[in-house]
Amino acid sequence: MAEVTFRIQRCDPEQDGKPYFKEYGFDVPEGFTLLDSLNHIKAYIDDSLTYRFSCRSSICGSCGMRVNGHAKLTCMTQVMDVLRPDGSITIEPQGNQTIQRDLMVDTSLFWEKMRAVKPWLEPDPKKGVPEKEYRQDPAVFNSFVEESTCIMCGNCVSDCTSLEQDANFRGPAALAKAWRFDVDDRGGDQQQRLEMLVEDGGIWDCVRCNECVEVCPKTVAPMEAILKLRQAALERGLTNSIGARHVTVFTDSVTRAGVLDEKELPAKSLGVGNLGKLIGALPLAFTGMVKGKISPLPHKPIPGTEDLQRIRREIEKEATE
Amino acid sequence: MKVAYFPGCVARGNCPELNQATREIAPLLGIELVELEGAPCTGAGVIGQQNPLLADTYNAKTLALAEAEGVPLMTLCSTCIGCLRKSNYKLTHDEDWLSQVNKHLKPGGLEYHGGVDITHILFVILNELGVDNLKGMVKRPLSGLRVAPFYGCYMLRPQEIMGLDDPEHPDSLQRVITALGGEPVEYAHMTRCCGFPITLENEEASFKMAGAALGDAKDHGADCLVTPCPLCHMSLDMQQSRITKYTQRTYNMPVLHLPQLVGLALGVEPLKLGLQKHFVDTDLVTSTVVH
Repeated sequence: MAEVTFRIQRCDPEQDGKPYFKEYGFDVPEGFTLLDSLNHIKAYIDDSLTYRFSCRSSICGSCGMRVNGHAKLTCMTQVMDVLRPDGSITIEPQGNQTIQRDLMVDTSLFWEKMRAVKPWLEPDPKKGVPEKEYRQDPAVFNSFVEESTCIMCGNCVSDCTSLEQDANFRGPAALAKAWRFDVDDRGGDQQQRLEMLVEDGGIWDCVRCNECVEVCPKTVAPMEAILKLRQAALERGLTNSIGARHVTVFTDSVTRAGVLDEKELPAKSLGVGNLGKLIGALPLAFTGMVKGKISPLPHKPIPGTEDLQRIRREIEKEATE
Repeated sequence: MKVAYFPGCVARGNCPELNQATREIAPLLGIELVELEGAPCTGAGVIGQQNPLLADTYNAKTLALAEAEGVPLMTLCSTCIGCLRKSNYKLTHDEDWLSQVNKHLKPGGLEYHGGVDITHILFVILNELGVDNLKGMVKRPLSGLRVAPFYGCYMLRPQEIMGLDDPEHPDSLQRVITALGGEPVEYAHMTRCCGFPITLENEEASFKMAGAALGDAKDHGADCLVTPCPLCHMSLDMQQSRITKYTQRTYNMPVLHLPQLVGLALGVEPLKLGLQKHFVDTDLVTSTVVH
């Protein structure tokens, strides 16, 4: 038993709709999950508390909430594991979505973004419809088995840093699902989907903060799926974007000199189509030079750059063989 | 203690004051820096998007060089440590991958066997020197200075690979700030992203991320930020005036590199720590500490 104070965010849209915190305290028995605790509060202390849950077994993905500021499935989180030193636990609804009531959010944004990446198999029009069922190659299945474990709980969407600042971002869950269908060789529309994903709000807008990897209760690691989509875009010729140019200029710079040329990178990544952005950054470069931070000279190459060039040559040659 | 020194591109490029400050404080802390000849950029997670084998081979080269020295590899950057540890994790958990990488390293006279300890000056200070010893070295306590830590994503996440601090409620920077006599300021954004990786791709979202952190720290009464990551420094210091365009807020928030904050408390002159090179004036910090 431990005395725990639960600081729970409440919100009643029928009143003024402004979120506020209410505290509930009770002696929590050993082995209680956060969901057990919410159920206890609802049953014995305050039956007006509203939240969503179903399976209690981390399968349905309904009970995702922010616990001490980070998204978790409450059914698989032990109270003692998240108890703060002052004996409290703060529970809020998931982020990046509209609150319906208390700890329950409107999931329509999640599903809209999911549907937009066309998470289903479209047959290849050139091949036509097969006479029998599509067969799945086990090796191909194993290449996206981790992404297939997604239970659509929305924890990654809740804590996504890019989505927090740009509602246009497709978000980690939808992009991980897109990777799962991109690599599935039974589909026939992979290139069209990928062309859609390299546009603004797509794969190049992920900030690579690893928040989604950390809060995923399964083994999806959405950010890693986004990185694989970026590699696929580069390999399949979708290179006309700032993000794609950024990768190629970066790799070339390090291969050539062993260090990143920070002056070359913005100019070549932005390209002539983004001259305005480049001009906008010029005062920063000027101030940096005046302050003695930015040298007008290029980086001095590290010793042994010919070895880096040999390594790259060999790896790229091997890949084409 | 002796460490293989990996300053990274930014400490030798747009943030030379980080390299300068580290070289000032290393002898005071008893850290001997062994230079690594020929260690390339970590790829910052970017090269791996084009070619994961190339990225891990470049990083294995650095790790093999450190392995030959028989000492831990010390970085100054959350991104550098994150990328090197990510490569090292795969190399030490996947024998096939290690042998593929070594096949390309060997013609250059190197081979990596796995298991190099990859650390950061923050953890050299905490784990090797210890906060009590650090406290004993302080000549100019940061009394009255409210310092907001800003960790940088890769220092904390993913926990499975990093494992150096609690990714949700870290305290390593706060422990250093306290040992130096300062007052740590805790705020929700201290573990979040500075926005740097998408500065070119999506300037507005990137700057709003940085603005959210600066605003949160300011709202919690911080006098300055301290970061173990020069990429975060570039977003939070060098871009600070440009962030205002998107957030309609001014911050006037000095952002110090960790070795600069340590150096100030150890009595090193601000000029030697390169504080005059910052975009945001650091006079508020130096006047509080030096007097």
